[in-house]
Amino acid sequence: AAPVQVQLVVPIAVVFGPGSVPGDLPRPLPFRDVQEMEISVNLRTSVTSHYEMLYRSTTAQEEAALAAATAREADAALHPLQDATLGSLTMYVVPETSSLLPQGINVYVGKHRSALVRAGGSLAALQAQLREVTQVMSFTASSIAAALSDRVPDGQLSPNARRYLKSSLGYEITFSLLNPDPKSHTVDWDIEGAVNRYVKPVLDKLSLVANFSVDSQILYYAVLGVTPRYDKESSSFLLSAHSLPHVINPVEARLGSSAASLYPVLNFLLYVPERSHSPLYIQDKDGAPVSTNAFHSPRWGGIMVYNVEAPASPQASLPLHVDVDVARVMEVFLAQLRLLFGLSREELSPEFLLESPGNEGLADWELDHLLWAHTVENIATVSTTLTSLAQLLDKIGNIVIKDDVASEVYRAVASVQSAVAKLAMGHLHSAFQASKEAVTSSERAFFDPSLLHLLYFPDDQKFAIYIPLFLPMAVPILLSLAKIVRETRQRKKEPTKMD
Amino acid sequence: VCTSRFWFNYRHVANTLSVYRSVKRLGIPDSHIVLMLADDMACNPRNPKPATVFSHKNMELNVYGDDVEVDYRSYEVTVENFLRVLTGRIPPSTPRSKRLLSDDRSNILIYMTGHGGNGFLKFQDSEEITNVELADAFEQMWQKRRYNELLFIIDTCQGASMYERFYSPNIMALASSQVGEDSLSHQPDLGIGVHLMDRYTFYVLEFLEEIHPASQTNMNDLFQVCPKSLCVSTPGHRTDLFQRDPQNVLITDFFGSVRKVEITTETISLDRNVAAFESKFPEEEFATEPLKYAEQLPVAQIIHQKPKQKDWHPPGGFILGLWALIIMVFFKTYGIKHMKHVF
Repeated sequence: AAPVQVQLVVPIAVVFGPGSVPGDLPRPLPFRDVQEMEISVNLRTSVTSHYEMLYRSTTAQEEAALAAATAREADAALHPLQDATLGSLTMYVVPETSSLLPQGINVYVGKHRSALVRAGGSLAALQAQLREVTQVMSFTASSIAAALSDRVPDGQLSPNARRYLKSSLGYEITFSLLNPDPKSHTVDWDIEGAVNRYVKPVLDKLSLVANFSVDSQILYYAVLGVTPRYDKESSSFLLSAHSLPHVINPVEARLGSSAASLYPVLNFLLYVPERSHSPLYIQDKDGAPVSTNAFHSPRWGGIMVYNVEAPASPQASLPLHVDVDVARVMEVFLAQLRLLFGLSREELSPEFLLESPGNEGLADWELDHLLWAHTVENIATVSTTLTSLAQLLDKIGNIVIKDDVASEVYRAVASVQSAVAKLAMGHLHSAFQASKEAVTSSERAFFDPSLLHLLYFPDDQKFAIYIPLFLPMAVPILLSLAKIVRETRQRKKEPTKMD
Repeated sequence: VCTSRFWFNYRHVANTLSVYRSVKRLGIPDSHIVLMLADDMACNPRNPKPATVFSHKNMELNVYGDDVEVDYRSYEVTVENFLRVLTGRIPPSTPRSKRLLSDDRSNILIYMTGHGGNGFLKFQDSEEITNVELADAFEQMWQKRRYNELLFIIDTCQGASMYERFYSPNIMALASSQVGEDSLSHQPDLGIGVHLMDRYTFYVLEFLEEIHPASQTNMNDLFQVCPKSLCVSTPGHRTDLFQRDPQNVLITDFFGSVRKVEITTETISLDRNVAAFESKFPEEEFATEPLKYAEQLPVAQIIHQKPKQKDWHPPGGFILGLWALIIMVFFKTYGIKHMKHVF
């Protein structure tokens, strides 16, 4: 893999509210400071994170905003006063005794790009806290390692990293309703409405990252590959955790995918169990039923089991009409979508309080998180692709590079250089766009159909073809040449002899 | 991949279809299988049981049925197409089912059968693929991380020569015979009149029949399949490029599809009372008039195009030198005085 050295610059503004300024500041406010940290992935790949911090005190408007009652209101009031460019962060430091943050919480992360941090006494302690917050809100060593997972030596990847969905120009999302028992259940779901109300806002926010297309379908008589066990205690059917991997395959054969697009597909399946297997619960490893009744598979999608309540009277006429509560379903599916993209909120220390992003699905800083990881991954991919293309050309000397392939390569190189430069300046948005262009161009150049090495003669085949043609032809020529040489030599000798 | 055509190569098609069936039974869906067959057996006029391809004597098992999805059939099974599928250098108009859309977490199983020799495999009686080309194709795949691990099985004569040249990491290879040995076929069927299967594949399939999606059998057992006493040829394998110990590699890692699954424990909370969403980026509606066919394809322009002037290049060094040599020899042998007859 080609060497990659990237510098990621995060512009951070640290704003000290009244009463929160630590006593040991090296210089009076405002001042700038830079903190660097190197994340080394392997011998030739390293990412340096460069936090450009600007320490200043609050303006009058910010002070007024910080005087709000709760952290959420403060965050909402501070939002219009912030620098909203992608990739930048603003941290507001509140006094230790402030009541904005609840007891035991030292950091509140809002849904835009700001956080409220409780002052900790010394500047060093504050800086350590700020560093942690910055890492959560932009990128950590493990998220960079996940993005560059093909360069990380095996065995060093965290389980979170294995979940990472590769950066792509687009994704196809398919919602499928599986009804294995249409005789008992007539299931209706207002998927179009659900997509419009709940899914579109999330995809809109993610549209910066990639293009999304959404399909839906209903499959009848599609059964899970595993027979659930009946559990007498809870009088329900259970799917144990270790049988879940085998559930997906028989279903996948029935799921179609669009023939035209080459984007990765994320499948979200809603399974309504048969009447004879209702209610069906998923068991986790400890044997407890899972509250969401859903599971997901990295890089594939998720499945949720939707239990239909048994009818009140046993003589109710079949088929029962079921109206799916799409809001509840979408809550699970969108959470799975977040997890598939690697946005998990579970591994934070308990002193962090994260604001829920609401219907938008993800906070601004989570979007930044994705963009940092994808930009780094794109840059690494482009450098690998171009290097291996160059190696291919070295190996097969007589490949003809068409003009358009050459221009794609030039464009890819220019774009990736611009992406690296923009990252070093802290412009995340334009760096991401440049890296996307670079990936498109380099993939187009590498996978151009004309570069098939079969079409060019290997050297040993050249011998095999040309020798039977030229050897018989060359025999009389060589013999005549020999005769000429002999005659010239004789003629040279004769004059001397005649004399 | 079945690389032969014609009726007497029935057994190669039966081999391939049997492996295809096993792999589907163990969970891999059609969207993840690229099947290349000449597909001229089932409807061959010499087939006494049309629309069937049997893989056992006494016509026990029909491996050609309703759900066989052949991606490359008949004359599309060429070395070029095979290499294009592997390396991904496919024309943009190719549909999804004909592509290998693998990424760096995919394990790939490649099974090839047909007629082969020392260092090559014959495709459809008209061309060959050499072991060097195959090794280069795998290296291209590795460069672009199109596979995590690759298992290559080949059932041809002198099959071991095909994996001699591999040099990319994470490849494990199995062959039905060593260099200099022929792979033999298993049973002729008197009803159909041809051999139905090859020995190595027959015993591999017997082995696979005992594998189910949750089984823990590992690769070492697969290496023991078909010893010389049963197979007459000596099956070989190559594991030096593979990073994991074959003892720890499950058969279902390649032949089946067992995914990593996680329980979903997080949910997000959605506000139910939200109106239909107005996207920040409304799709632009372009007013389009329906195009007539003639307008889309500028036939008049194409017909009346003048042939493009190709740039003339002076002849290259080799040709020039050759001609100079011939002319010199001619005139030296026959004398300059003949020149005046020429001009």
